[in-house]
Amino acid sequence: MRFVDEFRDRDLALGLAEKISKAADGKRLTFMEVCGTHTVSVFRSGLRSLLPENVRLIAGPGCPVCVTPNRYIDKAIAYSRLDGVTVATFGDMVRVPGSSSSLEKAQAEGADVKVVYSAMEAVRLALQNPQRKVIFLGVGFETTAPTVAVSIKSAEAMGVQNYFVFCAHKLIPPAMAALVKDGEIKIDGFICPGHVSTVIGSKPYESLAKDYCVPCVIAGFEPLDVLQAIGMLIGQVNEGRAEVEVQYKRAVRPDGNPKAIQTIFDVFEPTDSEWRGIGVIPQSGLKIRQAYQNRDAEAHFQAQAEPTKEHKGCICGEVIKGTKEPIDCKLFGNLCTPENPIGPCMVSSEGTCAAYFRYSAGGQLAELRAAVEQLPDAKPIDPLADLEQDEGDGED
Amino acid sequence: MCLAVPMMLTEIDGEWGVAILGGTRVKVNLSLLDDVKVGDYVLVHAGFAIQTVDEEEAQKTLEILSTVTEGSAAMSAELGYCEGEGR
Repeated sequence: MRFVDEFRDRDLALGLAEKISKAADGKRLTFMEVCGTHTVSVFRSGLRSLLPENVRLIAGPGCPVCVTPNRYIDKAIAYSRLDGVTVATFGDMVRVPGSSSSLEKAQAEGADVKVVYSAMEAVRLALQNPQRKVIFLGVGFETTAPTVAVSIKSAEAMGVQNYFVFCAHKLIPPAMAALVKDGEIKIDGFICPGHVSTVIGSKPYESLAKDYCVPCVIAGFEPLDVLQAIGMLIGQVNEGRAEVEVQYKRAVRPDGNPKAIQTIFDVFEPTDSEWRGIGVIPQSGLKIRQAYQNRDAEAHFQAQAEPTKEHKGCICGEVIKGTKEPIDCKLFGNLCTPENPIGPCMVSSEGTCAAYFRYSAGGQLAELRAAVEQLPDAKPIDPLADLEQDEGDGED
Repeated sequence: MCLAVPMMLTEIDGEWGVAILGGTRVKVNLSLLDDVKVGDYVLVHAGFAIQTVDEEEAQKTLEILSTVTEGSAAMSAELGYCEGEGR
């Protein structure tokens, strides 16, 4: 496969890992891979096991579904229950639990929920079903936002009146800055999201690198890409530099994709936005501009969502911030598995908990723990019993 | 969700095109890119081509990678010092 297989060479990976080991000798370094697609790549290719013990990778807030707060999911579920409404969404969102339900459950109860591959499919759905109102769930970062912006412009151009977007798009650089400012976790460098950067380019990270002295490297998604990016980050640390470098040069230009950026801001404008686990980050989201308000589901539909509540014991918020690992969660692998997810980080294929469960020893440990519980004399592990005692751990 | 796949454009018809990867053919929207042509590799995300893939840059990256294991200084660059507040 062009531009894929070449970046998976095993011998080169081993050579890079050895270089990294030497370059990082005597230091303890924590790098955050911001993008969920990087997290999956890191786990799937076993990169963590190739790295020396003193170079730690943590996953950041780069899974759009995971950072979307329950408030939004509850509202989407409420929309799906309205008469004459079809909710169209990327597949990732369907199983994400809201406060007490999910789109999947709402669908089982009779709501019309359709999974689409592209926002343009949702426009087509609206075109083919003029008697229904189609609400597309606009979730995703700068990679996805231009595609949804095009869908809104196309619906306008084609006169498709029954197409709406429930917008929760988010912008990555403000979230990275919020994490660094927060200071709860020491980050020695960012592996910046490759595909977000194909759109926004390398410039938006420059103030982050300069103002907070955090090295940034924009990386591709194959194992060699990620290893080379880690090597470049260590190079910056060793030389006292904090700059934005691009490892993923085959797809990332300094100015990104100007046409896509223009399309985003034709349709959307920045707004304060709530991130699960982090809270409201100023100017970190997108809302639909006044000129396209006829496409804004929030302006058009009244739906009563249930009062928002978080899942007891779920630490997705901390996992998203990188302050805790999935294995620190009492629900992980017991009550919360990819088959029966409690938190969004276990639902999305890009969620840290799902990647951890599928590809790492964490998942095997959880399976082992479950197997032990099946033994006749085993004392059952009841994670919720512990939770009663440390109520304060849960989010509210 | 930010998954994007490099695919080769085989047909262009206005704002739409067809891209292939292995035996898979998909219809892609090209309205986010200017000046694409048949034979270009594009990154496809959610049914849209969001960027072109630069073959020359891909080759350069591979060359750097292949020299890393021979002990070149591919991982380092010019010296510089950070003067920001964070460190």
